[in-house]
Amino acid sequence: MKKLLALVLIFVLMLGVTACGGKKEAESPVTDALLAAPEIVKDYDVKADFKLGVILLHDENSTYDLNFINAVMAVKKALGLSDDQVIMKRNIPESNDCYEAAKDLAVKGCKIIFADSFGHETYMLQAAKEYPDVQFCHATGTMAHTEKLANFHNAFASIYEGRYLAGVAAGMKLNEIKAAGKLKGATPLIGYVGAFTYAEVISGYTSFYLGAKSVCPDVTMKVQFTGSWYDENEEKSAAQALIAAKCDLISQHADSLGAPTACEDAGIPNVSYNGSTFEAGENTFLISSAINWAPYFNYIIKCVNTGVAIDADWTGTIATGSVVLSGLNTNVAAEGTEAAIKKAIDELKAGTLKVFDTSKDNFILKDGAKVTTYLADVDTDAAFTPDTEVVVNGFFNESSFRSAPYFDMQIDGIELVNSKF
Amino acid sequence: MASEMKEPLIHITKRSFVSTTRAIVVRIVAVLIALVVSGIFAFLLIEKLSADPSRIFEFYGCFIEGVFSSSELVWTYFKDLAVLLCISLAVTPAFRMKFWNIGAEGQTLVGMLGAVSISFYLGGKLHPALLIVLMLIAAIIAGAVWAFIPAVFKAVWNTNETLFTLMMNYVATFLVNFVLLLWVPSGNALGVLDACRLPILGHQYLLIIIVAVLLTAFLCVYFKQSKQGYEISVVGESERTARYVGINVKKVVIRTMIISGILCGLTGFLIGAGLDHSITSDAIGGQGFTAIMVSWLAKFNPLFMVITAGLVIFLQTGAGQISETFDVQGAMPNIIVGIILFFIIGCEFFLNYEVHFRKSKKHAKGEAK
Repeated sequence: MKKLLALVLIFVLMLGVTACGGKKEAESPVTDALLAAPEIVKDYDVKADFKLGVILLHDENSTYDLNFINAVMAVKKALGLSDDQVIMKRNIPESNDCYEAAKDLAVKGCKIIFADSFGHETYMLQAAKEYPDVQFCHATGTMAHTEKLANFHNAFASIYEGRYLAGVAAGMKLNEIKAAGKLKGATPLIGYVGAFTYAEVISGYTSFYLGAKSVCPDVTMKVQFTGSWYDENEEKSAAQALIAAKCDLISQHADSLGAPTACEDAGIPNVSYNGSTFEAGENTFLISSAINWAPYFNYIIKCVNTGVAIDADWTGTIATGSVVLSGLNTNVAAEGTEAAIKKAIDELKAGTLKVFDTSKDNFILKDGAKVTTYLADVDTDAAFTPDTEVVVNGFFNESSFRSAPYFDMQIDGIELVNSKF
Repeated sequence: MASEMKEPLIHITKRSFVSTTRAIVVRIVAVLIALVVSGIFAFLLIEKLSADPSRIFEFYGCFIEGVFSSSELVWTYFKDLAVLLCISLAVTPAFRMKFWNIGAEGQTLVGMLGAVSISFYLGGKLHPALLIVLMLIAAIIAGAVWAFIPAVFKAVWNTNETLFTLMMNYVATFLVNFVLLLWVPSGNALGVLDACRLPILGHQYLLIIIVAVLLTAFLCVYFKQSKQGYEISVVGESERTARYVGINVKKVVIRTMIISGILCGLTGFLIGAGLDHSITSDAIGGQGFTAIMVSWLAKFNPLFMVITAGLVIFLQTGAGQISETFDVQGAMPNIIVGIILFFIIGCEFFLNYEVHFRKSKKHAKGEAK
């Protein structure tokens, strides 16, 4: 009897959820995605014995892993792979367990084994050396270009371009606030919640800032770090501290809903990451950028099935469909934002616009000096030794010497409230 | 009539004797019920199973497939068993004297941290053999210190050891996080340290399996044959008796906890140098807590622990295989394992106690005679 009651309750709850969902969709103020994930084109045959193995740090409960799971599922559907052809191993920690999982997938006949977390890399390398006939692909890693193993590959996306575009939306919004005379300070100020003070985050907030500055020249930015990739409380309180410090708009690079929630509570516009957070902030969510991994999965599956070598370092771009933007929340966004973003997308695609353009007047160091040369730490070593000249042809060539970001300069206009290593 | 009104519907008495046959039958029945109930839950909760009920045999098959479908998996099974067994053995000396040490997770983790720290700072600067010895010593000292602190507080100030050892787990986790951020400022994973490697005997996992076997044998002898083992039993039975016969209870508590800590430290060393070659704050993965259950289920007998640890790992591995085969998220298979363990632990109740219903009271009495 109780069981029946429980079942009925669950059913009612589910009905409620779907009903609410339907209602929101009908009245949604969010436009279609400005940079949508492209349709996956199947222009090759997948062999019957092909298998893809995927190693995930967590499961669907983490937005980071969910992004990968969604991409795998999309590719699986588009290519018509059977359930047996895709094996996912969830909750694999960054330890010997990863090596065991990779080995087990190899024994089960996987032709490609993919791992999604940075810390999986050394264990993937260990397995790659034992199974030379299997391709090992690793997201966000940095060692493929120096290890030079034929079957070990890294991948990332030029997400800094996505952040730049999201920055344009932020700059337009700040202009609108300024024109309405509602700035908290004398000049527009952005608050940014970051995870750690290192290249991936620095590259992200700098590109975001440059995007905002391209339309709102007097903007400055404060960055506060939490010291964790996922800490809802820390992210929320960091956002609240930035709001209290007179920031007019907040963005973040960490995986929880802490910052979007703080913004919704305070009524401060928020630019999100890793997918739309409209649900958490209907009145403040502006736009979000994210990496779409489906093109990479399609690429590696195509390579293996057509006998082509996979790139040691693959960087997804706007052109490959790897950098995506959510729809714009028209309740929050300033007028003309969509057009400004579309213009910037066209310029990025055409190559006339570079995100880290060192020749521009707004790209100067703290002491006012222009950047003409920079050695970045591209080859991994324990001491983080700078080893590669990355300023070529008048711009900082992010993600071209290896896929994972290495931009770590401090430029004028951005103030770090703290640093967390 | 009035007296019958007062009689409760159910009343429970402790059994004085359980026959071996009965013990075996009850356990087998418990496992069978567990399998049926978990099957029902799986059917309700796993989408692919509700869509195609004929896959139910595949569901049960996952437990076998997860362990036996390749020789590598069999090795992994025995390695996982060995790790869990080592930690279970480590908590047992303290448990036998009713010192509820639930800090094995932290003690193992600091042991691992000790070993990995030595290889991080001294790796490549010393002869590999010397490095391994230093790593082992560091691990043992770290584990022992982590156990010594709550033991002293218990012995001297009679603090609650369960809360104390539990909190030491959190301290250990944050200590590892702190050290990791010191070593890898970006907040990313440490990755494999090349110096942090034990020599490989035949198979990568053979060494840790051998250590587990030796430890089991050692503890069997220690508990049954040694004076210290006897002292532990006496303190566990009654502290007053122990004092009366002239046992220094404080000394026994501290000494036994240090032994627990040393064994945890040793296991941490084996995990750090023999398996992960690195460290993360969740490297022990809850096995320190699972070990409590393993030790308890085996009634603190080292030999039975081989069986209980084997069962737990068998279920855990099967759960992983279910997640893979039916493509469900991580929490789901753990529910299945939880259900099965619930019945296995629950059946112990029916072995230790007898349940009488009011109506069948006379009947139950007759049976007892």
